[in-house]
Amino acid sequence: MIASTKPSVLEMEAIAARHPHLLRSSSEKRLKPLLIGIGVVAYLVFSWWFFSIGHVLATANWGIAGTYLADWVSYEIRPDIEIAPDGAMSVSYQRNSPLGKNPAPKWVSLERHTVTRTIELPAADKVEKPKANSSFSFMAPRAALGKTAEPAPRPTLNQSRTEEIVTRAVVIYDRLTRIEVADKLVTASHAGETFRMTVDGGAAVTPLGPLPQWATQKRPGEKIILSFGLTGWAEVEGDEVSIRNRFFGWANFLFDANSPFFGKSYGEVASLMLFGERIDPHRSNLALAWNNILYNAEWQHLDVWTKLLQTIVMAFVGTLFASLAAFPLCFLAARNITPSGIANQAIKRFFDFLRSVDMFIWALFFTRAFGPGPLAGISAIFFTDTGTLGKLYSEALENIDDKQREGVKSVGAAPIAVQRFGVLPQVLPVFASQALYFWESNTRSATIIGAVGAGGIGLKLWEAMRTNSDWENVAYMVLLILMVVFIFDSISNACRSRLMGRKVQ
Amino acid sequence: MATSMLSKPLSESGALVERHWQELSARRRMYTALGVALLAFTLFASLWFANASNAGKFFDRLPHLFDFFGDLMPRELMEIPRALFDLPSPYNDGSFKYNYPDGRLYLTDGIYVPEYFHKMLETVNIAIFSTAIGAFFGFILCFVAARNLMPNPWIRGAARRMMEVLRAFPEVVIAGFFLAILSLGPIPAIAAVSIHTIGALGKMFFEVVENADMKPEEGLRAVGGNWLERVWFGIVPQVLPNFTSYFLLRLEINVRASTIIGAVGGGGIGELLRLSIGQNHPAKTLAIVMLLLTTIIAVDQFSAWLRRRLAGDQAFAFDR
Repeated sequence: MIASTKPSVLEMEAIAARHPHLLRSSSEKRLKPLLIGIGVVAYLVFSWWFFSIGHVLATANWGIAGTYLADWVSYEIRPDIEIAPDGAMSVSYQRNSPLGKNPAPKWVSLERHTVTRTIELPAADKVEKPKANSSFSFMAPRAALGKTAEPAPRPTLNQSRTEEIVTRAVVIYDRLTRIEVADKLVTASHAGETFRMTVDGGAAVTPLGPLPQWATQKRPGEKIILSFGLTGWAEVEGDEVSIRNRFFGWANFLFDANSPFFGKSYGEVASLMLFGERIDPHRSNLALAWNNILYNAEWQHLDVWTKLLQTIVMAFVGTLFASLAAFPLCFLAARNITPSGIANQAIKRFFDFLRSVDMFIWALFFTRAFGPGPLAGISAIFFTDTGTLGKLYSEALENIDDKQREGVKSVGAAPIAVQRFGVLPQVLPVFASQALYFWESNTRSATIIGAVGAGGIGLKLWEAMRTNSDWENVAYMVLLILMVVFIFDSISNACRSRLMGRKVQ
Repeated sequence: MATSMLSKPLSESGALVERHWQELSARRRMYTALGVALLAFTLFASLWFANASNAGKFFDRLPHLFDFFGDLMPRELMEIPRALFDLPSPYNDGSFKYNYPDGRLYLTDGIYVPEYFHKMLETVNIAIFSTAIGAFFGFILCFVAARNLMPNPWIRGAARRMMEVLRAFPEVVIAGFFLAILSLGPIPAIAAVSIHTIGALGKMFFEVVENADMKPEEGLRAVGGNWLERVWFGIVPQVLPNFTSYFLLRLEINVRASTIIGAVGGGGIGELLRLSIGQNHPAKTLAIVMLLLTTIIAVDQFSAWLRRRLAGDQAFAFDR
């Protein structure tokens, strides 16, 4: 850089001989990144062991992950075809089926016959037989519920009676996939392949021919699982074929199965709302429809919106109060405004304390004090952010330009007027901008303190996830949260850039 | 206001100017008043709503606010260090409340790590590990999202949108999802915290990259360096100190975040704190709070010290 002419080789060697440390010390420098790299790798290996990541990932049930993810945007309809030893069949649906009380979807076609049959003494093993299965155990709650729809109490003696039974059932998943059950023979076709198996109405399933790729059977005679990818799957047991047909979308998003508007097209609903006769004599159809939407049993729109509003309110009120409380305190904490060192240090340490006792601890504490709800969240955000905003505000105050203050002071203004006209105009945009920033970021963090009981949508999210069957509700709430966060993000960004734009830097 | 005090009457144009000024300031005052009124209205509506939808009402509960401190008093002060270091308690009646040595983690026959220290270490380690993962992916993404390095607006936009979604996606959901697959343990917490960190750090990083000096990059371009070489030798050396300090800043935030995630099932000290508050174990609660407070302060101080050493006194934006 300094030498403009290139030194000759001799000169360079002479320089090298005179200042060996200039050239040699570079090896140490070169070793440093290597050492840091080795340290990082060693740390990662340690953490791999510390958290036993390899073991956990290996034992995780990744099959379920795909199903859970699919549940976010799709739902299953689950007809169970029960097969008696004599080949008679009956079809039942899960309780709270998205199709309503008497489902008869087009993709399931049944042939019914009225026959007189002898019902044998019910075998004990049939009743005991668990319907839930190992690899899809997350469905156990609903699958178990489906059992309640089984035919009435069994007679204890051989008895003959006349009843309508299903003799043939055809389930069409999509163009390429269908399952046909008739005469204790299950025929499944998927992706151009046809696979047959016989069931005995008891415990055994026998495949006829080799298993195709999409069918699995752990041991001979045991149940066979047919997986058709995203269209669904089916499970063939000796006495039952469980169909799981997956449909894209959110089922019954507006009206649940108990609503009089259930199962109608948009046009029908609209005409019913506007011109139809009153379904409920006490109120108009429009009001009834709105009420049905709000209290939709499955999606709980009103509750979700209320909880979301609580989260927004927590962030708003908490941040507003925090900035109001931090405002006077920061003047005491700033060393150029309040010359007392003791006061500065005391307030600053107070801010540090508020910040270090985490929002989480405050949230737990106030949940105990106020009970679960947004008050706890507001208080937690208020206490934490009084600390953080106070620290930021006092730093902003310490960085102000002194000239304005001196100017106001020199014309003999009172101390309050000095702050009002000499200090405030400089820092107010910064204060407001930081408060806005925290408002926005608290909207995000209010979700998570909600999950520990401090009110808002966090707890509702957590409860929806805990059952492992309401992932579509989780998706709905996440979508709402993302929307709210993005809206507030842009509002706060727009306000901040206007505020900071006016400030001359 | 100063003009009206002048003894001499104003000229015609002067009076016009003054009238305009008065009008403007009156309008401004009106806007301010309207804004404040709106804010106050929203505030009171929000407060009413919060109070109405809360389990306990504010004014009913306020007198009992400090009951909790009474509940939090251990039977004797020495109980706190006993709980902290897993020493046997004289009040031990076999119940979980006083059975401190139960949680000891024995390294050898004689040496043990007290439960809370072990869990605190786990929480801090979750934070460090996930900050490292987040920084790694944020580092990769940030160069693609920076305007000065990625002229293609589609790729840049995609990278930025992706970071925004990662940042705004509720951590509870990520933790809950992995909890459902992996069952209880620290890995759901790691996943949740690191996914959020990718978004948050990526944003900080690309802002740093956009403010970088482009001259070294230009020099490398002039001698025919490809994109990777230009980034690696032209940009990375100048942004690395800033990246490191953002990394440390994020680490402070993540220690807190991993504590909270722990409370909702991610393991670590957070869960123990939630349980001990919920089950009313005063000595344990106080021990954990003190340990947590000390650790957070220590991490903050350490990170501040390291940041000052690495990057000098620079102002940093706060973000969570």
